[in-house]
Amino acid sequence: MTHVAVIDYGMGNLHSVAKALEHVGKRAGIPLQVSVTSSPDVLRAADRLLFPGVGAMRDCMAEIRRLCVDEMLREQVKLKPVLAICVGMQALMQHSEENGGVPCIGLFAGKVKRFDDHAVDASGAVLKVPHMGWNRVRQSKPHAMWRDIDNNGHFYFVHSYFVAPDAPSEIVGEADYPTPFCAAIAHKNVFAVQFHPEKSQRNGLQLLQNFLTWNGQA
Amino acid sequence: MTLAKRIIPCLDCDNGRVVKGVKFLDIRDAGDPVEVSKRYCDQGADEITFLDITASANDRSTTIHTVEAIAAQVFIPLTVGGGIRKLQDIRNMLNAGADKVSINTTAVLNPEFVREASDRFGSQCIVVAIDAKCVSAPGEPKRWEIFTHGGRNPTGLEAIAWAKKMVAYGSGEILLTSMDRDGTRSGFDLELNRAISEAVTVPVIASGGVGSLQDLVDGIIEGKADAVLAASIFHFGQHTIPEAKAYMRERGIEMR
Repeated sequence: MTHVAVIDYGMGNLHSVAKALEHVGKRAGIPLQVSVTSSPDVLRAADRLLFPGVGAMRDCMAEIRRLCVDEMLREQVKLKPVLAICVGMQALMQHSEENGGVPCIGLFAGKVKRFDDHAVDASGAVLKVPHMGWNRVRQSKPHAMWRDIDNNGHFYFVHSYFVAPDAPSEIVGEADYPTPFCAAIAHKNVFAVQFHPEKSQRNGLQLLQNFLTWNGQA
Repeated sequence: MTLAKRIIPCLDCDNGRVVKGVKFLDIRDAGDPVEVSKRYCDQGADEITFLDITASANDRSTTIHTVEAIAAQVFIPLTVGGGIRKLQDIRNMLNAGADKVSINTTAVLNPEFVREASDRFGSQCIVVAIDAKCVSAPGEPKRWEIFTHGGRNPTGLEAIAWAKKMVAYGSGEILLTSMDRDGTRSGFDLELNRAISEAVTVPVIASGGVGSLQDLVDGIIEGKADAVLAASIFHFGQHTIPEAKAYMRERGIEMR
């Protein structure tokens, strides 16, 4: 039995990710307990943590601090696998440009930046922000979390900001819009993605399934 | 390699049943939105849009249960529209498993609602649905106006200015329906779509009038749409989503 705790800090839709985990657990025959919780005791007792995030960074970080999720994460990443998604990934960086500038948790060195609102594609059309829809993810580095997922496979994104880690060695996935941006980072027990695996059909479900068996530490 | 264009099947639901067309397709699971959503998802639909057109709008519990059931089985984005009037309505839909909500009449009646909603839940989950109709005389420069209540009630709002205002208020996407084309199967209003798409910085979903696969291509290439929404060409079994994607891909459109 593996126990995955989805960290609930009051932001966004946690139903989808919990349902997706249950779905892949059942499909793969992995005995699984999923908790959606902010309880430090439950989060500390879980085998794996999923750190989601939707919405504005200022509000997210305010709730993360209020519930001491930042302290809990700093301690727990040393002990167990953690998967961070979208704003959860961004919150792991040191600082975000969003909402006029927001200090973040700082587990990864680097910033969160906004897409250029005036970037154009090859045909000269202005690229829309948010970057919303299905884009291909290049697996820049091999990783256990990419198991059975095609390189350059499609994942669903919806975001206006992206992470720029100081250490390029932490980048394990990239997408283009129109220039390359970081779509996945990894370090030791942490794997973090900008896209939404719970909304990325086959590829996303495979990534979640990989998370259920990943032993961490890359 | 870049962002793929999206195909979004739309389910119009009344009291928890799909009412547009599907009932003729397969008697056994006729009009069950969960079955229909799952079928489209398995076929490779990029998103699902669920529009609740239930006349008695007081009780949304049927819709919430349906959204929960779809979200437990369909792992692609789900937009829910119809009857979104209060922040609590949005909260309820997101908690039920929707990823985005579509706001139409309430945005017209109270534009501030869009600002409040995007501040609270983030622009990424706020779609403003715009029903536009051409009101210029032949020979005049084209002008489109916003209508509510299925195209019956004019608002006096000019469509391009309205779309820009809604984006400034925090709409993360525009679902644009041509009331002139809706149900005609004669193709999107490409001029309208292009005008709106070029005026705003967020993605635009073209809707209203799809009768053929070429219409989908035209919506993307000439209408500059980021996504195309269709109901009857898929519901009636005229085309499948894989056929539509293959057709669009052959014409140089990036598809998933």
